[in-house]
Amino acid sequence: MSLSAKARLQFMKDLGLPAMLRLAKATKGKRAPRAANPDFGPPLKCAARLKEIMTRHYYLSRFAPGARPVAWVTSGAPVELLRALDFYTIYPENHGALCGAQKMGPELCAAAEEQGYSSDLCSYARVDLGHFFSGKTPAGQLPKPDLLFCSNNICQTVVYWYKVLAHRLGIPLVLFDTPFNYGEITEANIAYMKEQILEMIPVLEKTAGKAFDMQRFMRLAELSKSTSQLWGQCLETMRARPAPMTIFDAFVHLAPVVSLRGLPVARDYYEILLAELTERVGQGIGAITNEKKRLMWDNIAVWYKVRDFAELFAARGMNFVAATYTNAWAETIQHLDMSRPWESLAKTYSLVILNNNLKHRLGLMEKMVREYSVDGLVVHSARSCKPYSLGQYDLKSLLSRRLGIPAVVIEADITDYRFFSEEQALTRLEAFFEALEAA
Amino acid sequence: MSYFAGIDVGSLSSDAAIIGQDGDLKGWSVTETGPHSTNAAEAALDAALDMAGLTRDDLAFVVATGYGRAAVPLAGKKITEISCHALGAYALFPDVGTVIDIGGQDSKVIRLGEGGKVADFVMNDKCAAGTGRFLEVMAAKLGVGLDDLGRLSLAAQGEVSISSVCTVFAESEVVSLVAKNHPIDQVIKGLHRSVVNRVAAMTGNIGITPRVIMSGGVAKNAGVVALMAERLGVDIAVPQEPQIVGALGAALMAVRAAL
Repeated sequence: MSLSAKARLQFMKDLGLPAMLRLAKATKGKRAPRAANPDFGPPLKCAARLKEIMTRHYYLSRFAPGARPVAWVTSGAPVELLRALDFYTIYPENHGALCGAQKMGPELCAAAEEQGYSSDLCSYARVDLGHFFSGKTPAGQLPKPDLLFCSNNICQTVVYWYKVLAHRLGIPLVLFDTPFNYGEITEANIAYMKEQILEMIPVLEKTAGKAFDMQRFMRLAELSKSTSQLWGQCLETMRARPAPMTIFDAFVHLAPVVSLRGLPVARDYYEILLAELTERVGQGIGAITNEKKRLMWDNIAVWYKVRDFAELFAARGMNFVAATYTNAWAETIQHLDMSRPWESLAKTYSLVILNNNLKHRLGLMEKMVREYSVDGLVVHSARSCKPYSLGQYDLKSLLSRRLGIPAVVIEADITDYRFFSEEQALTRLEAFFEALEAA
Repeated sequence: MSYFAGIDVGSLSSDAAIIGQDGDLKGWSVTETGPHSTNAAEAALDAALDMAGLTRDDLAFVVATGYGRAAVPLAGKKITEISCHALGAYALFPDVGTVIDIGGQDSKVIRLGEGGKVADFVMNDKCAAGTGRFLEVMAAKLGVGLDDLGRLSLAAQGEVSISSVCTVFAESEVVSLVAKNHPIDQVIKGLHRSVVNRVAAMTGNIGITPRVIMSGGVAKNAGVVALMAERLGVDIAVPQEPQIVGALGAALMAVRAAL
């Protein structure tokens, strides 16, 4: 790591970027605000802070190379290990969601397809590879990684996707292999994962150019734990009637716990968010003005349709109050325990929803329907995410029969809207609304 | 006496039904949608009114359904074809448990709850396989009238298997089968089998509850109905005019809406 690069990153962080943000704020003030949609309650005040945090994170990342080790990380990897070694982390999946929301999915996917990657491949992978080949990104510029950190607890695709990057960049790929949980997690599996952690630390140390400090790791792991727990508490405020935020808000406010977990900024942010949500519950302020029905969402967001869907549902007095997706970053964190750091890290990361069996998922969804007083279920069959979409028709039938709630499946993709047929999805959703209103 | 109308604007046909307050069918029509949904809806409505000997002034309420439902300005309410097909089938067959509707651009399977309400449904994905359009394209390629497909397939002494699911690829497969001198009726039976397998796979997602009704234009094809009954192992009833089930359901919704 070079001293001048470090100084440049520090300068941008302390002086350059704050000045830029002030300037942006000053010029933005002159624009007329968007007319308020009467279907929604007052917007969350801390949304501005969220935007600032994510802008800073992506903007400063371009000054990270040379100043700090840079890693590209999958959303389910035990990032606490990297935090202890001061890695600057980039989450291609979060970046993929950003590209999806900016409606850049098809363009970037096509850039990967031009290099021979199949359109059947996950569109987060295609967007990332497309960005890698073309350099296009709504974030301006992403830093080249020194190391790739990947866990297959979310899917097997990430392994091959990251192998492509490792091969092209000639950098190390560190894989955390989490055996799928078919029933109860076994001691043998925990031992296998612990051994991997112990093996990967020297590799991480070599790239970082410094020694792994156990005390620092434990401190940051606790910070990561409290961040996820705060996120869980934010979601729990949505049990209130009316719910103080919608799941479409949560899809956006999820960004720090995914990509800044283990940093003070993420923990501090959720303290602000939780305070605001709690205040809204106390004052009876709902995310939508007329909450008649409460819904649950399954699978990743349809990033290019978040706003349209939010408006479509709000106009009908329907509010999404729960989602298996947003819940995933709070679901297993209680396992993290610094009296058994490696074993508990293995458990926390291998018991996540996508590495767990369908019986677990059914039980979880049933529990969420009860706890959040859910009236209906919307299942997104995501073309990209096979592990998430497998078994959804069975889950839907079982939940709808056991709990007597209407449910609908819509077929879409997370970022590549060439695979989304709006008219067909809307007809399904409207038929679902009719069933829900008749129920 | 007030009358109620339902208009079902589909991708291929626009259909209308006129009923009295008691639900009695007074007139109906099946017309081509063509490029302009609003005109098609009005033409279908006027044709059904003609049959009933009525005018638009006699109508108390109009409900539109189908893909073009948003483009029907004279409708007081728009309801999806899923709810309308369920209610229409329930009016014709009060013991109906499942409706299989194969229309021009989509196929759907609806499981009914009490009172003709939708308990669950499943629709084809973004693909024309297993729809009326698939058979229309194949009939044109084979130079056979759409209305003759059923008769030919029932008379076939054997069956040629079609492997392509995709409409575009199946078209070239059919060309090569005919070039190899496979009898056309056997190719047609194979095409019907492909539609049936596609739709039957959808029924697996929600289950089949007797009594099973088939509606939509493809229900007029006796060859498809026979293969579907064989594949699902159930008897299938077909209404006299399977294309107006959605419009009839919409007209019944109009009675409710006017209450």
